[in-house]
Amino acid sequence: MKEELFVSGRNIPNIDPYLNIWHWQIPSYLFLGGLAAGILFFAGIFTIRGKEEKMSATVKKAPMIVPFVLILGLFFLFLDLKHKLYFWQLYTTIRLESPMGWGSWVLMIMTPLSIVWAASYVRELYPKWDWKFKFLYDFEAWVIKHRVLIAWPMTIYAVILGIYTGILLSAFNARPLWNTSILGPLFLVSGMSTGAAVILLISKDHKERKIIGRIDIMLIVIELFFITHLFMGFLAGSEAQINAAHLFLGGEFTAAFFGLVVLLGLIFPLTLEIMELRGVKVPVLVPAVLILLGGLIFRFLIVEAGQLTRYLY
Amino acid sequence: MRYAMALDTRKCVGCSDCVVACQTENNVPLGFCRDWVAEVVDGTYPNVSIELRSERCNHCANSPCVRCCPTGASHFADGGIVLVDHDKCIGCGACIQSCPYEARYSHPDGYVDKCTFCIHRVREGSDPACVSVCPTKCMYFGDLDDPNSKIVNVLKNRKFKSLAPEAGTKPQIFYLV
Repeated sequence: MKEELFVSGRNIPNIDPYLNIWHWQIPSYLFLGGLAAGILFFAGIFTIRGKEEKMSATVKKAPMIVPFVLILGLFFLFLDLKHKLYFWQLYTTIRLESPMGWGSWVLMIMTPLSIVWAASYVRELYPKWDWKFKFLYDFEAWVIKHRVLIAWPMTIYAVILGIYTGILLSAFNARPLWNTSILGPLFLVSGMSTGAAVILLISKDHKERKIIGRIDIMLIVIELFFITHLFMGFLAGSEAQINAAHLFLGGEFTAAFFGLVVLLGLIFPLTLEIMELRGVKVPVLVPAVLILLGGLIFRFLIVEAGQLTRYLY
Repeated sequence: MRYAMALDTRKCVGCSDCVVACQTENNVPLGFCRDWVAEVVDGTYPNVSIELRSERCNHCANSPCVRCCPTGASHFADGGIVLVDHDKCIGCGACIQSCPYEARYSHPDGYVDKCTFCIHRVREGSDPACVSVCPTKCMYFGDLDDPNSKIVNVLKNRKFKSLAPEAGTKPQIFYLV
């Protein structure tokens, strides 16, 4: 048996007895960032494929909420900072090795882009809207003319933003639960799935819902595969990673993770969506809300549990 | 120049003098510390062993905290000492998450703080406060590139280990065993 204790009476807030420096702000932001990335990805991809009219909720209506989602997410990130008035230092440096560094630059590009995208559809959705200034009308006309050109970088940046929410965590090799490269793709797919859920909630078009529903089924299946892979990788890893996996495989997070995330947040909505494709009438509210809640809880559990894991020496 | 520290776990008595000296020297706020003493008990009675270690920032040569810092506040200073520039730190906590030794804490003023190897004393030619007060003289501080330094001598003649080398951080605190 090995036991370690601090004889000097160390008890630093948020570090001892276990690390808890990131609270609700970070997982909430990761959820909002992933959701925004998902919506913008679908909006971009269907614009590139010329399906703006057929997929109007995906391309036009859902992106309306994205600027608000991203700004709320950024506000949560700001709340997390302990030295708040120095936040601008993020934009005086370019540090490519730091995921948080390039992530903040991606957000710097993505947030204005999402505002421009949503603004270009405002007058189509709310015909009474008045931009007041001529240059805004000119800018709007320019954006509308170059939508496909804008959709390309938006789609690519959406993928980067989605992956970034996972890479942010996986770059910390001191936290064995996070230190796996599959977290990037897993968070991307999960974010896209929550984005699809929002589109399902907004869309009134049966055909559009069917297409997005099908994509969502595929995303959930990939997500389940990635989650299996995540734990397989841990169990084949070092002792620190095996211990990390055991938090979810018999440890204190098992019930919450498998009950709320895997079963209620993935498998149950997956079953409902498959049933709907087969012609059974299911209110879309149920699977969509479950996917959103599942995605949110998933991020809370990973952030919380990751901080409990560490190297033993 | 490569500053490093060696600590003799067989001489350390766990008196925590190094902890108090550091808090006094560096004005560490109440309830926080930049170094601490860990007691590791291994085995079952009657076959038990005990190791006492004064721990602090390892001033890693491959520092995850310097890599993860989004603003460049965490940086390498003279001799590889890892420092935090308070005016650049935004308090995001990335470095705290990235440290396998949990050597960093969030200072009540907002920025992240940790051991500096007492760089202000080192620049004047003295030892860090913890090293200079140790009553059993179990700590050695010096330049690994200087073949005549005490630390090079002691590392030449003794067996030593570092903490969690598997984390890939290349820690520069060595424990003589």
